[in-house]
Amino acid sequence: MSKQRVIVIGGGLAGLAATMKMAELGMSVLLISFQPVKRSHSVCAQGGINGAVNIKGEGDSPDIHFYDTVKGGDFLAHQPLCKDMCHHAPYIINLMDRLGVTFNRTAEGNLDFRRFGGTLYHRTAFAGATTGQQLLYALDEQVRHYEVQGLVEKMEWHEYLGAVLNNDGRCVGAVIHNLRSGEIRSEKGDAVILATGGPGMVYGRSTNSMVCTGTATTSAYLQGAKYGNGEFIQIHPSAIPGRDKLRLMSESARGEGGRVWVPRKAGDARTPKQIPEKERFYFLEERYPLFGNLVPRDVGAREIYDICVNDGLGVNGEMKVYLDLTHHTREFLDKRLGGILEIYEKFTGVDPREEPMEIFPAVHYSMGGIWTDYTRTEEGLIDHQSPQNQMTSITGLYAAGEADYQYHGGNRLGANSLLSCIYTGLMMSPGVVNYVNNVPEAAEDVPENVYTEASKNWQNKYSEIKKMSGNENPYALHRELAEQMISNVLIVRENSKLEATLDKIDEFEARWQNIKCVDTTDWSNPVPSFVNQLWNMIQLSKIIAKGALLRDEFRGSHYKPEFDLNQPGDFKPETYLEFEEQKTAGQLNESAFAPAHLDYMKRFSANNKKWLKTTIATYKAGTSGSAGGPEISYEEVDESLIAPRPRKYD
Amino acid sequence: MPDTVTFKIKRQDSESSKSYWETFVIPYIPNSNVISCLMDIQANPENSKGEQVTPVVWECNCLEEVCGSCTMVINGKVRQSCSALVDQLEKPITLEPMSKFPVVRDLAVDRSRMFAALKKVKAWVTADGYHDLGPGDRLPPNHQEVAYKLSECMTCGCCVEACPQYNLENNFVGAAAISQSRLFNMHPTAKNIADERLDTLMQEGGIADCGNAQNCVEACPKSIPLTESIAEMGRQVSGKLWRNIFKA
Repeated sequence: MSKQRVIVIGGGLAGLAATMKMAELGMSVLLISFQPVKRSHSVCAQGGINGAVNIKGEGDSPDIHFYDTVKGGDFLAHQPLCKDMCHHAPYIINLMDRLGVTFNRTAEGNLDFRRFGGTLYHRTAFAGATTGQQLLYALDEQVRHYEVQGLVEKMEWHEYLGAVLNNDGRCVGAVIHNLRSGEIRSEKGDAVILATGGPGMVYGRSTNSMVCTGTATTSAYLQGAKYGNGEFIQIHPSAIPGRDKLRLMSESARGEGGRVWVPRKAGDARTPKQIPEKERFYFLEERYPLFGNLVPRDVGAREIYDICVNDGLGVNGEMKVYLDLTHHTREFLDKRLGGILEIYEKFTGVDPREEPMEIFPAVHYSMGGIWTDYTRTEEGLIDHQSPQNQMTSITGLYAAGEADYQYHGGNRLGANSLLSCIYTGLMMSPGVVNYVNNVPEAAEDVPENVYTEASKNWQNKYSEIKKMSGNENPYALHRELAEQMISNVLIVRENSKLEATLDKIDEFEARWQNIKCVDTTDWSNPVPSFVNQLWNMIQLSKIIAKGALLRDEFRGSHYKPEFDLNQPGDFKPETYLEFEEQKTAGQLNESAFAPAHLDYMKRFSANNKKWLKTTIATYKAGTSGSAGGPEISYEEVDESLIAPRPRKYD
Repeated sequence: MPDTVTFKIKRQDSESSKSYWETFVIPYIPNSNVISCLMDIQANPENSKGEQVTPVVWECNCLEEVCGSCTMVINGKVRQSCSALVDQLEKPITLEPMSKFPVVRDLAVDRSRMFAALKKVKAWVTADGYHDLGPGDRLPPNHQEVAYKLSECMTCGCCVEACPQYNLENNFVGAAAISQSRLFNMHPTAKNIADERLDTLMQEGGIADCGNAQNCVEACPKSIPLTESIAEMGRQVSGKLWRNIFKA
């Protein structure tokens, strides 16, 4: 065995899946995490993991899963990756079952599946309502086994600061900060994988965990890596309000029959149980008879916004609606949703088995992330041996899981994130190993000064941070940044507000210089790290806000009412396929279409031509004094397998 | 409604330094939990004497009682600080680090011993590989119900903090690890090395160290039936002892 190794940053599902798969292939792995990997944010995923196993005999198949995923993402996802992922999904679920995940069972003892948003099939395997936790534990156990065997070395309580780049700009290691001793040093690695999750903390309170600052991917961006689709931030329709965090109320609550409603009368002061059935407005069921409460998340969040803000029907006039499970028996609810109902009860003091829950939309997931590559086969699948798979635009630096950008397009379907995390980790591993086996120069042979200079650069930055003695508290400044983002870059986006937000972010950036490092001690001091993370969050908020400002359309989670194409209510998406077919054949018969439909289809087609593209943010360093920011450009999306068409869920 | 909330926090600057108490009086805000208050202290780290001090260091991540990170002793009881709601706590609120682990700083402790125990009891499934080997075994729903409950253990440390037998000096594996050995000994393939787990539990620091105080099951935030697990593993260990005797 050579001394070569791969550094994996982050111990959530993607990082652990890559670690165990590479270890299986004989590759040594150094696994770096803020905290014990068992505490990673993947534990927060609740409802389940998608895979067309077709246990219920509904005729489900990986191709239908693929179609639902691409349609759910409003056609912005890269189709070969989605197809390969969906085709591997049943195998991944079987693998996780073999590895000990305590999935719920049918009477016969098969894996049980439930429904989730954006599909009409029972496709979601689940372990109670803590599926992410259960999947993470199974991978954590595999990695622990490899740790005992010596193939994996874990460095928990360490933070990734940046990539070590050699003179050719190739990634040959990582600069690591020991969160206890404060030591900053470089670790050699022939490849580095960022499996560092999403950036929810940019919005302050979200459903994300505290470590989800996006700081690692932003650091890669600041080092020259491209960032893709930053403006596509998923707002989950159902969360529980909280001062410190907005706790998720899983989509599985609706998958198991939970009904969303508001009182028909604005400001109705009665308790929910006092309101008779006919005075309840089940607005999702009425507006979307086919998908009902299981419309995709972007649609659900927008409808809740609409009913509360535009119609003024929110519970007690606030941005809240009821999510009602009280028609089920306690036994049913405890077996299938126990974990999340306990959380609701613990944090609100109300028993959701007896009283409808009060929920509201919250920042949940980033479809965008660091740009990564792939190699497709002729059949439109992925060549798993290719070293390009999941590689960022910095050679040797990879990304996986929520940190990457290309699987979920403009909107992710529920229960596809656990799948994409495990899939990317497993799929990329053979290619990364091939890359490492063929590097022009092993990290061992890279001149030592490359590493010492990288360490020194970060040591200097941190000692500068520790000297900061202005009058801004970094945590208070973070709250202000978050407030801006929540107010202006959320469900409904307007250009004037986005412009103002970008100005505000520049102000925050200037105020960052005036921070007081409120703890300057050496031992186990989280403050300098937070100050650095805040800088990165400011940079990332620019990517999100600028991408949103420039994208003048309505796609998936990115909703600008001004650019809504207003699909006619009686329009059928198949009509558009016919229209496109006729156009391609050069035989467009305009009179065959209703005028309103024709007009809509022409606008839809023109809009796609302009905007069905990946947003790419590239960091441009500022000139004297200014910090610089993202330059935005657009890239083609591989949409060769399923023709883009208007989405419809009613 | 009170205007303020008082926190008495046991602080310690480093692993070897002496601990001290510091009081913080912060504005009362409805629907607070202990963590949102610690965040308020971060944003304005001023103690009750009006001195600017370093923000309190504590561990947390998910804030919804599923990662296990933010465990501490609150008003004398070990629990997660995210689910400790201020309105339900007696005031002033005292916060202390767990006492069964070395303190890192303030409320943060080093729980690596718990993860080491998971290695000792081989808490994993031995897989032939991660390629496609088809589905796992069919299992009845009641098997899943037992296993799922055990598998919710988040290695938070409540059970061992509450345990009179577990301390900084000995090497007892503790209730969490014993319960995990039960989980894997009931798994259709992980039970292939059940005996190895029992061997570990027979050694010093194993199941014989349990004094049957039953505090663990009371303290577990996930209501895992830890005493049942200990009893079950006790039976399995006795069975193996008898088998060993007859083999000899």
